Amino acid sequence: MSGKYSFLTVDQVEAGASIPELSYDVTATTVVLGALASRDFRPMHHDRDFAQVRNGVQDIFLNTPNQAAWFERYLTDWTGPKGRLGRIKFRMKDSVFPGETMTFSGKVEQVSTDETGCAWVDLAVNLTVGERQVTDCSARIAVPKDESDNPWKRKNEQWKP
Amino acid sequence: MADQAIEELPDEVKGWIGKERYHEEGEFPVERGYIWTTCSSVENGNPLFWDDEVAEEITDGPIAMPTMISLWFRPHLWAPGRTKQAQPLQVHFDLKDTLRLPEAIMSDNTIVFGEPVRPGDRLKTCQILHVVSDPKTTKLGTGRFWEIEVRYENQDGNFVGAEHYTGFGYKRPE
Repeated sequence: MSGKYSFLTVDQVEAGASIPELSYDVTATTVVLGALASRDFRPMHHDRDFAQVRNGVQDIFLNTPNQAAWFERYLTDWTGPKGRLGRIKFRMKDSVFPGETMTFSGKVEQVSTDETGCAWVDLAVNLTVGERQVTDCSARIAVPKDESDNPWKRKNEQWKP
Repeated sequence: MADQAIEELPDEVKGWIGKERYHEEGEFPVERGYIWTTCSSVENGNPLFWDDEVAEEITDGPIAMPTMISLWFRPHLWAPGRTKQAQPLQVHFDLKDTLRLPEAIMSDNTIVFGEPVRPGDRLKTCQILHVVSDPKTTKLGTGRFWEIEVRYENQDGNFVGAEHYTGFGYKRPE
């Protein structure tokens, strides 16, 4: 091992535990950079007039693929690089606009091992702005069983997300 | 009076349900510039994407952020010879056009991840419409919900991911 990083192993995780929050001040640049990084050229993510007139919202807002990238970053900040996402599901109830502070929080719902021996953590993750619930997310992420394990080495029938 | 186009689901749309459509290959190979730009956009410092030594050790070489899966099929806004703007998730736009629902949002998104996507990969995809609801009225307007699956595989035929979208196409209240 290179010693350049640390990572979570499943014995360090308990159902019911909260994971550290992440807060971020969103600017117009955050929204536009996120949209263009994900090649999403739709005007509601860079044109305030369009967002207000056509979408009836206050401003441009974070796009879906960039929200997914934020959820991934949030989860792997916690697991370290050996955490391997199996699936995420999210439901957007509201939008995130420039000038707002978004906060990610998460709770471990279940810790399990599948029939292939892969260790999984299921989490409920929330994206909020103040008291406003913006996006609900459920995520399933594989983490190492021990120091020598690495979920990224799993292929074909050994990977059942 | 409700719009006739909203009341009846056209046969054309019924014929799309359950069918694999829009088999296509990405317009460009997976490349690291977008990986770094996306990591930058969310301030993702995961060394898998920034440190080749770590990437070699953990993932046998560089990979893309898994959640970037749909990016590789978002077409250029302009390309030589293109006379009409290409759309990602074409089934979604077909539904909007055919059902004459000018506005649409995506509400639910599920992504399942398979083999890692690597720089140089040429990914392939197809889209499947699974469900179109009866007409519904929400605070946004009146329209229909639909569920679309997008499947992705790499040049070797390995499953790299699938997305399930729930969309709502609607007309705003007058």
